[in-house]
Amino acid sequence: MRRAALAAVLVAVAPLAAACGSSVPADTVTAYVPGNDAAAIEAVAAGCSDGYRISVVRLPKDADGQRLQLARRLAGGDASVDVFTMDVTWTAEFADAGWAAPVPEDLAAALRTTTLGGPLKTATWRRDGDREPRPYAVPTWTNTQLLWYRSDLLRRYVKRGTAPRTWDQLLADNAEVARGVAAHNATLPRAQRIAVPSYIMVQGAQYEGLVVWFNSVLASAGGSVLDPADPTRVTLTDTPEHRAATVRALRVLKAVATAPGADPSLSNNTEDPARLGMERGQATFAVNWPYVYSSMRSNASTGTDENQQVPFFPEMRRFAGLFAEGAPAPSADQLARANRVLAKRFAFAPYPGVETALPARSTLGGMNLAVSTRSHKTDRAWRAVRCLTSAAAQRQYALKASQAPALAALYDDADLRSAFPMADLLRRQLGDEHAAPRPATPVYSTLSTMLAAKLHPVGAWDPEKLADELAEAARKALAGEGLVP
Amino acid sequence: MTARAAGDRRLAYLLITPAAVLMALVTAYPIGYAFWLSLNKASLTEPDHTEFVGLSNYLTVLGDGYWWSALAVTLAITIVSVVLELVLGMAIALVMHRTIVGRGTVRTMVLLPYGVVTVVAAMSWYYAWTPGTGYLANLLPDGSAPLTQQIPALGIIVLAEVWKTTPFMALLLLAGLALVPDELLRAAQVDGAGAWTRLWRITIPLMKPAILVALLFRTLDAFRIFDNIYVLTKGASGTGSVSILGYDNLFKAFNLGTGSAISVLVFLCVALIAALFIKGFGASAPGAADEGR
Repeated sequence: MRRAALAAVLVAVAPLAAACGSSVPADTVTAYVPGNDAAAIEAVAAGCSDGYRISVVRLPKDADGQRLQLARRLAGGDASVDVFTMDVTWTAEFADAGWAAPVPEDLAAALRTTTLGGPLKTATWRRDGDREPRPYAVPTWTNTQLLWYRSDLLRRYVKRGTAPRTWDQLLADNAEVARGVAAHNATLPRAQRIAVPSYIMVQGAQYEGLVVWFNSVLASAGGSVLDPADPTRVTLTDTPEHRAATVRALRVLKAVATAPGADPSLSNNTEDPARLGMERGQATFAVNWPYVYSSMRSNASTGTDENQQVPFFPEMRRFAGLFAEGAPAPSADQLARANRVLAKRFAFAPYPGVETALPARSTLGGMNLAVSTRSHKTDRAWRAVRCLTSAAAQRQYALKASQAPALAALYDDADLRSAFPMADLLRRQLGDEHAAPRPATPVYSTLSTMLAAKLHPVGAWDPEKLADELAEAARKALAGEGLVP
Repeated sequence: MTARAAGDRRLAYLLITPAAVLMALVTAYPIGYAFWLSLNKASLTEPDHTEFVGLSNYLTVLGDGYWWSALAVTLAITIVSVVLELVLGMAIALVMHRTIVGRGTVRTMVLLPYGVVTVVAAMSWYYAWTPGTGYLANLLPDGSAPLTQQIPALGIIVLAEVWKTTPFMALLLLAGLALVPDELLRAAQVDGAGAWTRLWRITIPLMKPAILVALLFRTLDAFRIFDNIYVLTKGASGTGSVSILGYDNLFKAFNLGTGSAISVLVFLCVALIAALFIKGFGASAPGAADEGR
């Protein structure tokens, strides 16, 4: 009798107990992804179902907001986070905090053979207890900045069709173009004169983008913020060579910011204002991520209002129908035709170097996928990560969302090459020789904030003195001293 | 006190107890916890490594140049914007008070900026002052980018603040204007006092309580300025306020210890300002005036 009563109670309570755990079905893996990339990931996730289903939750659109929300959930032990995206700069922090689980050995081995060196490095960290560095996330897509330039202006005023290879050449070419345009203007009546495209568009606002610029130039000068082999050592000024590299890099930044006719908004510019400056025809050169290419193409074709038009590019108007909103995706052939016209005035080249003798290096961006150590569904979560980062998935991110794949083999894919005419260049810059990873450290966010505060406003400092100040700021960031401005 | 009154009083205490307990839990707990965190070395990324360090976080904050420059910026913004708001708000209140035609329309129009969400307003100021996209920046000589330099950027931040909250000031002052009896003003006029004398000798002294409450509210608000700066400059070029500094240390560096210490210091500054107003100038909180006793 008593046993029957107990059984009855258990039967009555069991569903309640199950319901208390979570309202998410047991086979559903929850993935937290950036709001602005969610659509692309959702499209791929819909096709992932091998004993599980992926439910996508949107995080804020900006990296700081994403990091904050994830940190709050993970620090609070939220088990509803199974899979989450990590910015390339968070790997060390999230691994050390014990939030991101190490990638299983078989998957890690596969990554080492298929993924490009640069992106894999951004997902790799060595935390206490690891014998050697190992991946704590799987690269989903990657990113690298290129040099964008006005090929028409270069041909006309510098009498050369190819882009400059170093920042010094770039500054000289830019001055040449500005002089040429000014001389040309002098022969014209006032109404027909064109604005002198003297700006060099860079990311100079006090934020991560400025650190990216500095990091790229510093790496190209042969320096680094921290010792890649020992991330607790600041290597900005520790040896005469390192110090020379740092000062050399700072001289380049200063020269760009103080060049005659430099962009007055330089120290407030992020990626988008830099893109707009190029599209408005104010700039001969820009360093920016590859997304500016498709933006230029569609705005030049379809731009209607003042802020979208590309005034210097009327030839692209004939492709208006091709890139209009709601139009079907253009065929490879149509794309190739549009790209050929685009190349007449707007072109891309490798990221500029500092010395011709040293390889030019460009800072990596991108996104990695990690599995939370708080998740109760680790096995399913890793299967979901494999699916969301597979070759088919990365191909789709590239074609539908213009995100550069991290898998080397995809750069030979014919469709991808027609969508990314710069595919070979990207692959080259993403390799070990030309990639400049950002300093890997669990306090990256503090470090970057303190460096940005010292570097800003660009050029309002003495390179020699600033090198010491940067080294001191980096030391304080690593030691956890002082405030973050 | 009669037995009846004592019983009433006991009942009153009993009735407010649940609300008082709830208030204590909701407000006192976070404040107490923030204070406790400020005495610890604590990071969001190392929840298991909290370590009691006494007042060392306060020494870190007070010994850092960033805190003092943020405090100077905050005080400058507070003083300049509140003074401007007071003068403009008074002018607008007088206009609203005397308007005969279209009274409702005038008041609605004046109040419009206050109805706009601060972040949205700040965004539109941001674009307006960005060269190329902005109608205001384009009025300036070529080559100027006001948001990239400290003094012009602070000017724009103050402008955005003043534009946004002058209506609030005007509204509080309008309520104060209603306290001034018309007979008094008319009597003064008969005695030969001009408009200026009437304003200085009668209107303003009678409005003193309303002015001080308005000043108190706006000063406390202005001292905590965050959103306008966050949108317009993100605190770059030396335009960060103490709130921005606290935010950056808590939510960017994940440093719960020094971040909380900054928050506690901001809290103390606000308490100091409130005490100064209430004790020093005799501003009274609504409902605490003498006539109630």
